[in-house]
Amino acid sequence: MWKFLLPFAAFVALVVLFAFGLNPKRDIHALPSPLIGKPAPEFALPDVLDASRTVSNATLKGQVYLVNVWGTWCVECRVEHEALLAISQQHVVPIIGIDWSVDHGMGESDKAKQWLERLGNPYSQVAFDKEGRTAIDFGVYAAPETFLVDRQGNVIFKLISGMTQEVWEKEFLPRIAAAGKGGA
Amino acid sequence: MSRGSPRLPALALAAALAAALAGIGIACAEPPAAGLDAQGQLQNPELQVRFERIAKELRCLQCQNESIADSNADLARDLRRQVREMLVAGKSDDAIFSFMTDRYGEFVRFAPPLSPKTALIWGAPFFMLLLGGAVIYRVVRQRSRMPLDE
Repeated sequence: MWKFLLPFAAFVALVVLFAFGLNPKRDIHALPSPLIGKPAPEFALPDVLDASRTVSNATLKGQVYLVNVWGTWCVECRVEHEALLAISQQHVVPIIGIDWSVDHGMGESDKAKQWLERLGNPYSQVAFDKEGRTAIDFGVYAAPETFLVDRQGNVIFKLISGMTQEVWEKEFLPRIAAAGKGGA
Repeated sequence: MSRGSPRLPALALAAALAAALAGIGIACAEPPAAGLDAQGQLQNPELQVRFERIAKELRCLQCQNESIADSNADLARDLRRQVREMLVAGKSDDAIFSFMTDRYGEFVRFAPPLSPKTALIWGAPFFMLLLGGAVIYRVVRQRSRMPLDE
């Protein structure tokens, strides 16, 4: 009895393992964020558009908002830009941009400014993370990454890849509705 | 012809594995004194030793199979800076590891600490060893009952 049952059980276990492991829809580079359900890291950084001003998420307490970490060096960020623009025009929630400078130079801030002037600005505010410290606090490892923060200031969802209309409707809108609208 | 017990080498292997695991677990934390030089390198050689051990133990998430000690990625460089700064600030190894896992999750460590969630990872080699031992034991016993000339 065992002689037949054991190999069969092993076979079934392998099928289940492969069905999960080889699923082409599963992104092996997308890791679960330990930040989910925890307070969003606080930041106060210079404004990309006007370095004399400070962008801080402390002023957004009580609102639902998005944090989008991007950079002009990031190809996928260019791809998602149109989707972000379209989303910003729906005025559902404010989108806070964090311009992640990987070379720690001021050049990225100027490039970001030009990028927004040329391609349009989907952000209500854009912060300049010159030293990449805020990116580390958010556990960012592959821009673009988008975080959804609820009224209590907790991160409730993280998208690791470019924003698309489909993802926005499927993953973000229901969660925003559940969290109570933020008002853009 | 000898039919020595297959359990002996298996036991020795398990003992060696356990010793290696205990070695990984040893951690030391001493208050540092010196700072960073102009190149952002640690001046204190003791801290440098700790830095190298910690950096080898942290995964670069941009490249996933390299440690931040080996990787040239921008994020790895930023995380190395973070580790050095925390060492200079007198943080313990545990504090540095929890700083990283709080932000990047357990996956950032190559050897995650033993917990209910990681029990399967740590236990699997021993389980496989036992399984293999059991199979060999059964096969050898069965064959020992067979007549010598078939």
